[in-house]
Amino acid sequence: MRKGRVDKLLPWLFLSPWLIGLVAFSLYPIFATLFYSFTRYDFFHPPQWVGIENYIKLVHDSVFWKSVGNTLYLTLIGVPLTLGFSFLVAIALNRPFRGVGFLRALYYLPSVLPPVAAAVIWAWVLNPEHGVVNNALTLVGIQGPNWFYDPNWSKPGLLLLMLWCSGYYIIIYLAGLQDIPKPLYEAAELDGASRIQSLWYITWPMLSSVTIFNLIVGLLGGLQYFTQAYVISTPNTAGVAVTGAPQGSLLFYAMQLYILAFKNLKMGTASAMAWILFLVSAIFVALLLRRHEWEGE
Amino acid sequence: MGRRIEWIGWAALLGFTFIFALPLIFLLLSSLKLPSKIFIQPPEWIPNPITLENYYQATKVIPFFLYMKNTIIISILSTIGTVLSCITPAYALAKMSFRGKHLLFGILLATMFLPYPVVMIPTYLIFAKLHWTGTFLPLIVPAFMGDAFSIFLLRQFFIRLPTELLDAARVDGANELQILGYIVLPLSKAVLATVAVLQFTFMWSDFLRPLLYLNDTHQYTISIGLQNYQAYHTTSWHLVLAGTVIFITPIFLIFWVAQRTFVSGLTLGSLNE
Repeated sequence: MRKGRVDKLLPWLFLSPWLIGLVAFSLYPIFATLFYSFTRYDFFHPPQWVGIENYIKLVHDSVFWKSVGNTLYLTLIGVPLTLGFSFLVAIALNRPFRGVGFLRALYYLPSVLPPVAAAVIWAWVLNPEHGVVNNALTLVGIQGPNWFYDPNWSKPGLLLLMLWCSGYYIIIYLAGLQDIPKPLYEAAELDGASRIQSLWYITWPMLSSVTIFNLIVGLLGGLQYFTQAYVISTPNTAGVAVTGAPQGSLLFYAMQLYILAFKNLKMGTASAMAWILFLVSAIFVALLLRRHEWEGE
Repeated sequence: MGRRIEWIGWAALLGFTFIFALPLIFLLLSSLKLPSKIFIQPPEWIPNPITLENYYQATKVIPFFLYMKNTIIISILSTIGTVLSCITPAYALAKMSFRGKHLLFGILLATMFLPYPVVMIPTYLIFAKLHWTGTFLPLIVPAFMGDAFSIFLLRQFFIRLPTELLDAARVDGANELQILGYIVLPLSKAVLATVAVLQFTFMWSDFLRPLLYLNDTHQYTISIGLQNYQAYHTTSWHLVLAGTVIFITPIFLIFWVAQRTFVSGLTLGSLNE
């Protein structure tokens, strides 16, 4: 009898460290953010109920929409670009040849570097006057753009940084490639399929679940993009911290949320942004997972 | 004809790989130049003379070694916390039976996808109430309360351990804690190392949380301390670059030694079972 009770309790005892963390740092904050999003709250005075005022303010706030636009640019252009690039690199590195391990490590390495370091490296590489990219362009007679100092070129610069850090997706694709049964290719070859054809009709469809996984990771990463843009855009104006410079072209959603909450102390409005982010990411993940299951049938 | 295409493919791959590696090469070369030689036109590709002066200055101008000490303390303690606190929940989710197990596993997966900015404000307010802001505690204590991704990794590994093995021990009178300690953990050294390596790199690199919680410059980690080169002098590139090289060296070394560990962890995490 006593033993039975202990057996029933034991799993919960085992789970308890995580359960405490789950409640304190995930479940409670999700609902607390929802509550704060309906209040005016500046951290020093108690929150005041204002209904949906914060959401209405956001809809009419051009800075908010700027951050939404920049973030969508990064997720809708940057993520597909990154995945396409990763797929091609993975295909190229999927054959056994001497030194392939070294090459894989080399492509993977940038993605494990601290985001701050990767951002510093690219701010230097794309430095308009002294960076290696513009230096190389000068050699062939092209005047390189001002990259992170030019609102038209700052986001393309960030895309280059994103591509450079796609090692994670490459590794996941490589693992997926190794799981595709070889006889499929042999059969296709017997039927006279070209390499491009087997790539399109076998490899790509066989990797659809890997692509869905990469898409989820990539989209969620894109929606909360912060560190790299913060590091690159903050010091642009000689020591004066203007986050998102030049001209707000590097102001992303999570940065605007951070600025509202912790610089402007508009925690209510920032919480509204947080809940919108929660809903959007939940919908993204749910849609992708549903598609995934549906395809699996 | 096939031969020729093969060769072109090879050349393209090698050329592209060189471009891909260029930022790191350029970083290293620039950091070894005299400050006066970094900014000359036309550029000098190979540093002449090669100097370590930037490295010396980079550790003097800001309290670099203090930042490094802070980063090491935070990274090591939170790694210990994550490994310790994730073992038992993962084991329960993999090998024990109880009501609501599937629901809890679903919640675990969902929290893995939860963007940090969503929970950032209330989490900050909790730590502000506890008067923990301005200390290392908000960066270390949560690590002792389980991390969804690490639990998931361990669970994926534990669930593949043969149940017969555990049952045999149960028949011999071992309780769950003994089974975990004497059978499961000795078999799990590799996956535990994976969790530790991933968590350590994550904390070493983390930017947003230190930015939120550490407001005294003496508590800075390297990732936020690097910005100080810019605040005090308008972008002293020679120092930033040298500091960055030191900052990434430990990650580079871990990566070199534990590359397989990294890769196995990431691919284990992507398997859909």
